[in-house]
Parts: sequence; structure tokens; C-alpha cells
Amino acid sequence: MENNTLLEVKNLKQYFKSGKTTVKAVDDVSFKIKKGSTFGLVGESGSGKSTIGRAIIRLYDPTDGEVILGGKEVSGKMTAEKKKYLTSKMQMIFQDPMASLNPRKKVIDIVAEGLDSNHLYKNRKEREEKVFAMLERVGLNHEQAGRYPHMFSGGQRQRIGIARAMIMEPELIIADECISALDVSIQAQVVNIMKDLQKERGLTYLFIAHDLAMVKYISDYIGVIHLGHFVEMGTKEEIFEHPVHPYTKSLLSAIPEPNPLTEPTKKLITYDKAKEKVDYSAGTNHFLSENHMVLGTDEEVARWMAV
Amino acid sequence: MKEINYGEPILEVKNLSISFRTSAGNLNAIRGVSFTLHKGETVAIVGESGSGKSITVKSVMGIESSNQKINDGEILYTFSEKGKKKTVDLLKFSKRDKIARFNGQRIAMIFQDPMTALNPLLSIGDQLTEGMIRHLKMSKKDAWKRGIELLDEVGIPNPTLCMENYPHQLSGGMRQRIVIAIALSCNPDILICDEPTTALDVTIQAKILDLIKTMQEKRGISVIFITHDLGVVAKVADYVCVMYAGKIVERGTAEEIYLKPRHPYTWGLLLALPTLDTTSDRLYAIPGTPPNLLKKIVGDAFAPRNRYALNIDYEEEPPEYQISESHMVRSWLENPQAPIVEIPEELQERIMVMLDKSSAEDIRESSVAS
Repeated sequence: MENNTLLEVKNLKQYFKSGKTTVKAVDDVSFKIKKGSTFGLVGESGSGKSTIGRAIIRLYDPTDGEVILGGKEVSGKMTAEKKKYLTSKMQMIFQDPMASLNPRKKVIDIVAEGLDSNHLYKNRKEREEKVFAMLERVGLNHEQAGRYPHMFSGGQRQRIGIARAMIMEPELIIADECISALDVSIQAQVVNIMKDLQKERGLTYLFIAHDLAMVKYISDYIGVIHLGHFVEMGTKEEIFEHPVHPYTKSLLSAIPEPNPLTEPTKKLITYDKAKEKVDYSAGTNHFLSENHMVLGTDEEVARWMAV
Repeated sequence: MKEINYGEPILEVKNLSISFRTSAGNLNAIRGVSFTLHKGETVAIVGESGSGKSITVKSVMGIESSNQKINDGEILYTFSEKGKKKTVDLLKFSKRDKIARFNGQRIAMIFQDPMTALNPLLSIGDQLTEGMIRHLKMSKKDAWKRGIELLDEVGIPNPTLCMENYPHQLSGGMRQRIVIAIALSCNPDILICDEPTTALDVTIQAKILDLIKTMQEKRGISVIFITHDLGVVAKVADYVCVMYAGKIVERGTAEEIYLKPRHPYTWGLLLALPTLDTTSDRLYAIPGTPPNLLKKIVGDAFAPRNRYALNIDYEEEPPEYQISESHMVRSWLENPQAPIVEIPEELQERIMVMLDKSSAEDIRESSVAS
């Protein structure tokens, strides 16, 4: 088990200072992702799920904690060597493909940017070949390489984002809400490409999303995050079949299912942290099984388990 | 199962056709849309972005952009005024007349983003009472009192204080509640919801949908609900219109659309969405992208993406086939001469799961009742 862990995050903390107050966006979060698996991060907006992804890939400087990728520490002070290691192993796909692609660059230059800065080709021809092969892999054709991002549809732009991340042959991809902005029929196309690439290359995904049905479909493990804390974590079966934490339960009850027979009468489970007097910082991680973790005090977990 | 009893039709959209003049030519956004909204009912319009669902309802409200042209069609609205029943064509009114007579007081609309729908410079109370003072000729004091009641009704804690607040002081879910309160302030007959929960979190979404439903039942309002989320549709709709490239390709009760879908596009939409029970390795993806409406569309607009397309699909537009009184499909597959195409197997399995779940629930409910 130990040696097939690709990413390990230990006690990650990410605080933001604004004036006199400090926002604890991520507060003491630990998890592991196995090589070749998909870890889904779910939570409402403002829960800190994107912040975790961004802190891992060092778009932010984490306040505290350790991030270990493939046995090497990538947190702490960045050296040139560490940075190179990080960018070659880890890439990110963003939510809004229009905002994350430079509108003044051609697709070929956008996709090749990682190759350029790491000198991963001998001559122009090799660069071109690499980009064309990648574009074709994500379902675009190489004639489109000379075009600008605005000439593509949303789904195609997201494919460009995927190509840009994949061309570095990373081991870990952080996908931050990468399909939320797409239409249903296009979502399925992009998800299929991501799944195929995962199978081909043994990729590991950190999949951040708020669409729970999609997260269930794509993930092996799921972490439920609320106000910067992991409240529950486990395999997708454990989370969806045997949820323990009341927040997880309320989240699951809110998923709108496409079934007109049961959906109109479904009851919503509400969760009010203040009303139930749950204090996340007082709770500890309880392991119900090897992978299934719930955050809470002994008394709380016993109470939730009894329901 | 839900019983459908048809109330009187309150809004009839007939053969609506709208185009936009753009620098690249004429864009035919709506190409003949017809549907009927009955009293007390919810009609959902589903479709991908660019299918024309928003433009359809905006034309009901008279929200038009300057390059828009209504080529054809009528929107018949039936209402009672001074005890008399009247039917008018909303498209015949000038924008000013429409605002004075219908918008806000008879037909109200909720938009996707509650931050842009609210004025950041005015307090909640000012925005909430504006319609009542103008349309219902209430005094400021009465309107304010009524406003507090409304806020209480939509589930805002401490409504008296909230009246003094400004939009930025409230969360997204609370703001959307305010928008709903404003829409309901003049007791409208019709409420149009344009993706009201798309910008919200799932838990908040569920609460807002519940709120819209309870308000609807309490007041007997008819609702037009626009969304791209088939899960949301299943929760709220009695009646569903599936739109593709400016046309309604399938129309029916929610049960007909989900359990007996007939159009390949509807099949694709249902299959592309993973449910909590999806275990298959790949999602069914509709290949390709929606057509460019700047070009003239020959035949069925969906044909290039349709794996069941027949030769005639590329030549001639399919007519409307009436499957049942409420169920309409625009697809050549319904022609008696067409080969018989079954619903894809994966979808059939899903439908079986849906039926299983509902019968399991029936059993549970009856055991609780006894």
C-alpha cells in the first residue's frame, strides 16, 4: 500500500490574511492518492476544495504542512530543481477554458508552452509533431493548431486545456471543475477522453467538482470537504452507500436525480453546523475501516453511527 | 405517480420564430416553437446552450435585443381583468405597454444570477416594494409591511432587519430568495425561472427548488422553468419540452420524457448524464457539436449527430408526430415507413432502475402508513 501512493498530503494548512482577519480556507487536511486512481473532492463553494488543489500545485504558498509527490517533498521552499520536478509530474486543468487559455496565442504555442520552457524537443519539427499527436489524441485535428482559442467551442477549448496538461506526460492531473462549464452532451465527451487517457497512461487524477453524480462516476475515492476540513473520506461505495457524517448525508440528499417518479417527493436532509453544535477543530479523524474516515469527537461519531 | 389534469391554458406560444441580425448574417435562433402552459402547471424547457430556450421566454417578457426580429408566431396570454376573461397576443404590445400592463404584475421572471438581478445600490426593502407601489398602487408603508411578510414567507431569518440590508450583505442563496420574493410580490399568474439555481450549490439548490414548488402550490401559479439539468427537471416539472437548435424536438409529461423517450436526442441527453447508479465504463456522448444557426438548416438539424439518422433526415424536416395526447416527437423514426429503432439498451436498463426505485419507495411509504 505504501509504495503505490503517488501523492501524500500531510496536515496541509492554507490561511489567507485579509486585513486583521485570517481566513482559514484549508485547515489541517491530510490524504493520500494511490497511483492510477481518481480522488474526487466535493464540497460547496467556499469549502476550500479548489484551494487544496491550488496549494498542492503551488499556485499558493501553503501556510503549513507537507506535500509528498512520488516520494519527494514538493512543499516548503521551492528550488529550481524542485520546481522542475513538480511541473514535470503534476499538471492542472482549469474550469473556464476561455480564461485559462491565452487569447493572443495560437493553439500550437499554448499546448507547446510546457515543452518550450523545459526544452523537451530537439527541433521545430519534433515540437510540432508532439503537439499534433497530442491534439489528435484529444479529438482535435492538426489543422486547427494554427488557430486562436476564440475560434473554438467550449468543449474544444477544454480539449486544448487537456492537451496542454497531458503533453508534459505528468503523473498527476489536478482537474479543477474542468467540466462544470460545459453542456451535458459535451461533458460526456470530455469525461470519456479523461478516462481513456487515464487507462492508457496510468494517470492519477485529483478531480475537484460539485456535481456529485459525476464525481461518483469518475472517482475511486472521495473526500467530502466542508469549511476547510475533511468531514468524511472513503471509497465511493462507502461515501455513497454508508455515509456517516450529517454533512455528507445532506449533500447526498440534495443531488437532483433524473427520475420523475421519486424526485418530486424526495426529502432534503438539512444540516446546520451551529445548530448541531459540531466543532470541526475539536474533532479527530475516526477510521471506521482502513479507508473510511469521519471527522468528529468520539461522542459525535458514536451518535452519527447509531442513526 | 403524478396525476395530470389539465387546467385551462394560460399561455400558448404558437409557432414562434425569431432571428438576429449579426455581422455574419441572419441567425435563426428560434425556428418555430409551440407549447402550452396550463394553469398551476410547471413546464420545463431543457436544452443545451444556444438551443434558444432563454430567447423563447425572454420574448414572453418582451426582453429583446435591438438586433432581434420576430418573424412569425404569437404568444397568447389568457387572464381575467375586472372579472372578465381576456386573451391577448403579447407580441402585439409595445414594450412600454407590456411593462405597464403585464411585466412584474402578471408575468414575473427570476434570473440565473441573483447578484446581477438585484441593484447593489438599493436596499432590499426598496427593491422589494418598488413593484407593489407601482403596480398595486400600495402606499409605501403598506408595501413595506407586505415586504416583511414576503421575506418571512421565502424563509429569510429576521426579515425586518433584512429589509434594510443591501444585496452584498447576503449570501447567494439568500439573494435568490429575495429575487423570488420580488417576483412574487405582485401576485403574478406566471413565473418564469431562467436557470434559477445554476449558480448555486446543490444543497442551496434543493432548498430553492423546494421553495419555488411550495410557493407555486400555495398560490396556484403557473411556472415556466428553464434549465439544462435533467435532474432539476425531474424534480419540478409536470411537462417537459426538449429543445434543440431552435426547435422543440420532443414534448411530453415528465414521465413520458423520462420513461418513454422517443427522440434520439432525448436518449442522448439522458444517457450523457451519469446517475448515481451508472456503472458503465464509458458515458454515452452525443458526437459532434450543435449546428451553426447562421447557415440554413436543411432537413433535421440533429441528423449529423444522430446515429439513427435516415436518408430523409438530411433532406426534409421531420413533422410533428403525436404519440399520445400530450406526447409529441419530431423525428422521422416515428414514420410508419421508418425502420423500427428500439431505445438503447443502456437507457432501458436505467428506466428499469427508475421504476424499481419508485416501486421500492411505494412499498416503504405504504408500510410507514400502515
